[in-house]
Amino acid sequence: MAEKKLSFEDSITRLEQIVKLLEKGDARLEDSLALFEEGTGLLRRCGTMLDNAEQKVVRLMKSADGTPAETEFPKESV
Amino acid sequence: MQTGRIYEVSEVNEHIKALLDEDAALAGIFVRGELSNYKIYPSGHHYFTLKDPEGTLRSVMFKSAASKLRFRPENGMKVIAFGRITVFPRDGQYQLYCNELTPDGVGDLHVAFEQLKEKLFKEGLFDQQHKKPLPAYPERIALITSSAGAAVRDMIRVLGKRYPLAKVIVLPVRVQGEEAPPEICGALRYVNQWKLADLIITGRGGGSIEDLWAFNDERVARAIFASGIPVISAVGHEPDVTISDFVADLRAATPSNGAELAVPDMAELQIRLRNMETRAAQALDRKIKLGRERLERLRQTRSMLSPLNYIQDRRMVLDFDQERLANAMRNAVHGHREHYGRLAAALDALSPLKVLGRGYSIARGPAGEILKEYTQVHEGDTITVTLQRGRLGCTVTERKK
Repeated sequence: MAEKKLSFEDSITRLEQIVKLLEKGDARLEDSLALFEEGTGLLRRCGTMLDNAEQKVVRLMKSADGTPAETEFPKESV
Repeated sequence: MQTGRIYEVSEVNEHIKALLDEDAALAGIFVRGELSNYKIYPSGHHYFTLKDPEGTLRSVMFKSAASKLRFRPENGMKVIAFGRITVFPRDGQYQLYCNELTPDGVGDLHVAFEQLKEKLFKEGLFDQQHKKPLPAYPERIALITSSAGAAVRDMIRVLGKRYPLAKVIVLPVRVQGEEAPPEICGALRYVNQWKLADLIITGRGGGSIEDLWAFNDERVARAIFASGIPVISAVGHEPDVTISDFVADLRAATPSNGAELAVPDMAELQIRLRNMETRAAQALDRKIKLGRERLERLRQTRSMLSPLNYIQDRRMVLDFDQERLANAMRNAVHGHREHYGRLAAALDALSPLKVLGRGYSIARGPAGEILKEYTQVHEGDTITVTLQRGRLGCTVTERKK
C-alpha cells in the first residue's frame, strides 16, 4: 500500500539503502533475500517510472478567487 | 541696455536671464563634472555643485527629474549632467537646471547594479548560509518567465529530455518593463503561498542590460531571498550576471543551463539503477556463497561424514555412564548396609529382653502400663509380671514406699 505512494526520490533513496545493507553483508539470509526482493521491486518501479514518464507541462493562472488554475501549455514545436 | 542709466537689481538679473535664455546652446547642454555638496531636500529636489579643477557650477534637479534616477548620486562621482542653464533672479546666480544625470564612463544602470549589489551583500542576502539545497529529484518545477520567449521553450525541452518525471508549471510573467518586477515577485510569492512546486526557475533569455533589468530589481532580489522553495536564477547568456543570480540558491548561465541544473539526467539515472541492480545481485550472491561454504565446512566434520561414528561415540558415552551408575549404586547399598548393622547392634544392646535374661522382670498394671512406682496400684489390684520366659498374674497384697 505504502509502496504505491513512494515518490521516485523515496524509491531511489530506499534502493540505495538496500544496496548498502546487502553489501554490508551482516543481515540474515532470509532478511537478505527479502531485501533483495524489495530492491528488485523498487528497481523495476524506478525503471518503469523513467521509461513511461511523459512530461506534463501546464500553464498556471490565478483564478477569480485567487486559487491556482491549471491550463494546458500550448505545445507547438518545443 | 543703455549706458549711463541707473537700473534696478531685478532689471539687471532679468536682462542677464534674457541674454542666457536666448542662447540655444545653453537651453540643452551636457556638462561633465564631479558631484559635490549633494543634498536632497525634503521637497524632493536635489541640489548639488558640479566642479572641475578650475571651477564650479551650481545645479538643481527637481523632484520629477530626480525620481527617474536609476542610481544613487554620491559626492565625488564623475557625472554627465544634461539640462539648461539659466538665471535664478532671486539670488542673481545662474545655475544648471538638470534633467538627467548619468555616471561618466560607465552607464547609470551599471552603477545602480553595483550599488544594489553592495547593499544586499552587506545585508547578507548573498551569504552561502542562506542557500537552500536543491531537491535531488524534483517532482514539480515552477518556471517563472515569459510564456512567449525561446527561454521557456528551451527550459521545457531540456527538462523533458533529462527528466520527464517532473511536472512543469509555467507561471507566465512579463520579464521586462516596469511591470516585470512586481509580476515576478507576485509569482514567486504565489508559488510559495500555494506550495505549487519544490523548485523554482526564474529567468529569461539574453538581451541588453536594460532588457535584463527586472532581474536587477531590489524587489525581485528580496522576493527570491524570501522564497522558502529553492530558486534557480537563469538569466540571459553566459556572461550576464544579475542581482538575482547572486541571491538565488543557484545561478545558471542560461535558461537551458538552469533546466539542466534543476534535474538529474534520466540516462545517467538509468545507468545508476543498473549499477545498483548489479551491486545488489552481487551482494546477495556473495551472501549465498558464504552460506554455502559454511554449510560445506559443517558437512566436512566427522559426525556429519559418518553417522556410525556419531552413534559409536554416543554408545561409548552411554557405557561409561552406565558404569558410573552401577558404581554409585553399589556404593550407596554398601553404605546403607553398614549403617543398618550399626543401628541393629545398638538396638540389640538396648533390648529389654536382655535385662530379663539377667533376672529382672517387668510389672504391668491392670491397664497394661509399666509400673515404676507403688502409687500406680492399690492393694487387691491384679498385675502382670513378665519374666524372661512366660508371665505371672499376681495380686497386690501390700504397698510400701
